[in-house]
Amino acid sequence: MTAAVIIFFVLAAIAVLGALSLIFQKHPIHSALSLIVVMVALAGLYLLMGAEFVAAVQIIVYGGAIMVLFVFVIMLLNAEAEERTDFSKLAKFAGLPLTLALLGALAAVMIRARPGVANAAHPGSLADTRALSTMLFTNFVYPFELTSFLILVAILGAIVLAQREPK
Amino acid sequence: MVPTSYYLILSAILFGLGVVAFVFRRNIITIFMSIELMLNAVNLAFVAFSQALNKLDGQVFVLFVIVVAAAEAAVGLGIIILIARNRRSLNVERVDLLKL
Amino acid sequence: MPILEHLWIIPLLPLLGCAINGLFGEKWPHKAVNWVALGATGLSFAFALEAVREFIFVRHEQLFHKEFFDWIVAGSFRGGFDLQMDQLTVVMVLVVTGVGFLIHIYSTGYMAHEGGYYRFFSYMNLFMFFMLILVLAANYVLLFVGWEGVGLCSYLLIGFYFLRKSASDAGKKAFIANRIGDFGFMLGMFLLFRTFGTLDFVQVFSKAGPLPHEAMGQVGTLTAACLLIFMGACGKSAQLPLYVWLPDAMEGPTPVSALIHAATMVTAGVYVVARSHVLFIHAPTAMFVVAVIGCATAFFAATIGLVQTDIKRVLAYSTVSQLGYMFLGCGVGAFSAGIFHLMTHAFFKALLFLAAGSVIHAMGGEQDMRHMGGLAGKIKITYLTMLSATLAISGAPLFAGFFSKDAILFHSYLSPEHGGILYGVGLFTALLTAFYMFRLMFLTFHGKQRYDEHHVHVHESPWNMLGPLVILGILSFIGGWFALPEFWGGTDSFANFLAPALGSSEAASGVSEAAAHSLQMTLAGVAVFTALLGFLVAFWLYIRQPGKPEELAKSLKGAYTTLLNKYYVDELYAAVVVKPLLWISTNVLWKVVDVGVIDGTVNGIADGARSIGDAVRHTQSGNTRSYAVWVVIGALIVLAIIFWPVIGPAMGMVPR
Repeated sequence: MTAAVIIFFVLAAIAVLGALSLIFQKHPIHSALSLIVVMVALAGLYLLMGAEFVAAVQIIVYGGAIMVLFVFVIMLLNAEAEERTDFSKLAKFAGLPLTLALLGALAAVMIRARPGVANAAHPGSLADTRALSTMLFTNFVYPFELTSFLILVAILGAIVLAQREPK
Repeated sequence: MVPTSYYLILSAILFGLGVVAFVFRRNIITIFMSIELMLNAVNLAFVAFSQALNKLDGQVFVLFVIVVAAAEAAVGLGIIILIARNRRSLNVERVDLLKL
Repeated sequence: MPILEHLWIIPLLPLLGCAINGLFGEKWPHKAVNWVALGATGLSFAFALEAVREFIFVRHEQLFHKEFFDWIVAGSFRGGFDLQMDQLTVVMVLVVTGVGFLIHIYSTGYMAHEGGYYRFFSYMNLFMFFMLILVLAANYVLLFVGWEGVGLCSYLLIGFYFLRKSASDAGKKAFIANRIGDFGFMLGMFLLFRTFGTLDFVQVFSKAGPLPHEAMGQVGTLTAACLLIFMGACGKSAQLPLYVWLPDAMEGPTPVSALIHAATMVTAGVYVVARSHVLFIHAPTAMFVVAVIGCATAFFAATIGLVQTDIKRVLAYSTVSQLGYMFLGCGVGAFSAGIFHLMTHAFFKALLFLAAGSVIHAMGGEQDMRHMGGLAGKIKITYLTMLSATLAISGAPLFAGFFSKDAILFHSYLSPEHGGILYGVGLFTALLTAFYMFRLMFLTFHGKQRYDEHHVHVHESPWNMLGPLVILGILSFIGGWFALPEFWGGTDSFANFLAPALGSSEAASGVSEAAAHSLQMTLAGVAVFTALLGFLVAFWLYIRQPGKPEELAKSLKGAYTTLLNKYYVDELYAAVVVKPLLWISTNVLWKVVDVGVIDGTVNGIADGARSIGDAVRHTQSGNTRSYAVWVVIGALIVLAIIFWPVIGPAMGMVPR
């Protein structure tokens, strides 16, 4: 039991508990806060794996921007505790079994996956930010430019959608 | 060293919990958040593989996923605001005008 | 040989006449229609004469065969529009065009006051076309075209007065009964094709000639084919059991009865049997069947004709009976005798029908003999010609029927298969024939006048009706002289003439020449005696003791009613054949198959589509949570497909 494994289990537990809390909380604001917890835990895991840049981006963008946006919207809409309605028969009867089946399938896949990947030693931090950015601007420059276009479209969409209705 | 399979199992668990939330919650915003949870789980898997295979492509991909998630969150929340205004409720089961 | 090279002119002319009259004749005056119809038929007769002249004198009686164009070519089978001329064709084509032409002339007078004048002549010309195709054809396929075509024209002409239900019913009955026979004919053709690979007469007969004769009682291929073809002949020529349509066919106008149901169409069956004599000679069983059925039909129909009261009905049954004689002749091997009787029968039977038409015309439409009587002095020419025909049919010496009937009876007597019985029945039938024909004459022309003078103005027919009667009357007298046997002083030229086409039918029973001659004279004497006996009985019953027939009818009530009702054959057929068929058609084919199965399937498919749609529609619930579940299901399926090699063993389904 090395220190890394212990840290892993702690962070993993936090993440899972956060996810469970997301599922079982009644008020959406509590769910949002749980999600933030999950994200922070994941950032920790990234650090554990040696991906510093990704961890930083996770916290800044995901935690600091996207979740803040969620919280804003929840407060804007005056969201309340969820009412229990039950209109969907399919979800009522088939939802749980199917979800369990999906989990089972994923589990089976992973159990049977090649053992080589499962236990590969990792040689330490390789996520040199410089190397990452070199890759980003050489091999992946085309998707990079496209994402900027994507963000532009998203901004336009958001503005149009959230306009006040013309009187 | 933490075996990669641990990370994958955690990723699978988080993904599964995201699916559960997606199916069983009724608040639109909560459902949206469960989607974000699923994306995060996938990101974790990417980074784990990137580390196991000693290549940086996984992490680059994670960056892209985060960018797309951001754009999607922005537009999605805009739509949710409109729905909330029109239907005066955030219960997804009340948004059923397409019922045959 | 201009005409022979273009034999197709002979059938084509009536076809043109039919088309012109049919398309344009409606508004034309009768004279124009007459010109077209008579012109077509007359020219056809003229060309036929010329073709015969060329055949006899230029080609010296060698078979002429010409292929005009390919009609059906399928693999190795060729059914072409091929026409041929041999001695048998000579007889048939002259009879058809000659008698046909005379009847057309007669019709201009008889049908003068009828509606649909142009239609009548159009149909008559169409009939001539098909009949000529039938007799000129050089293969079974083209013959069958003519065969079916004359059946069609028979239907059209029997039902000429189509506004009368009985007439249209009679037309249908004729066509359906013919169809049943045609089924057999077609099967026979198929069998012949399968055996010989061709349906051309020359080729089939040359291939069949060397084959071994099949034994009596054994039903080999040739016997089966011959029996099937004879089935077709039974339908067309009204033999047992398919004769039922001919008496009903009297619903048509009298010229139709004369042309189609006396002289030409009904003889098509005899023609086919004679044409296929090569096949029949190889199949003694079939020949015996032909002879037996012919003989039985002759007797059967004659008995019915004894008591009928409608003048045309008597003649109809008489036709059936005489056709039986022709088949009897063919059945015992005397094919040329059968054809000879066909020719003489055409003369005197057509004459009988036309004269009957003249009587009916004179009586203003009356057909029941019980309402006639004493007409001899009033319509002399009709009476004299009809008397000539009656003498011919009864077998009076020197008249046409005497020689032909005698030849048939002579060969029947000599037949090795129960010849004695065939001869006996045939002779008795001759007695009956003489009886009922003279009964007809006495009831119609002699005795007391049984009609009201004030309502019926008896007048002689116009010359366009009487002319053909006179010509046919003369032919009934001299028509038999062609076949005068040698010992009478003649040359028996008819049988000799037909010998190349029909094979010699000299008595092959081992009787010596002189013995044969004396036998023939004896039998001829016996036949004349029976005819005279029939005449005397009729004379006694209807002239001397006019009340006697009624007494006899009362005392033999059972027999009389049976005969009067035609042995209840029609009722039997209706109960045994028609009713079950109608029942099956209504309850099985209509209700079960058409409505239940076919409609059910088609509607069922539509209903099925609708119910599937109805069921699937519920997936469009508009409920997002349901859609979410569908997404999960989809993800599961994709996962399973992609990772099947991995997951399968885990689930114990796929062996590693």
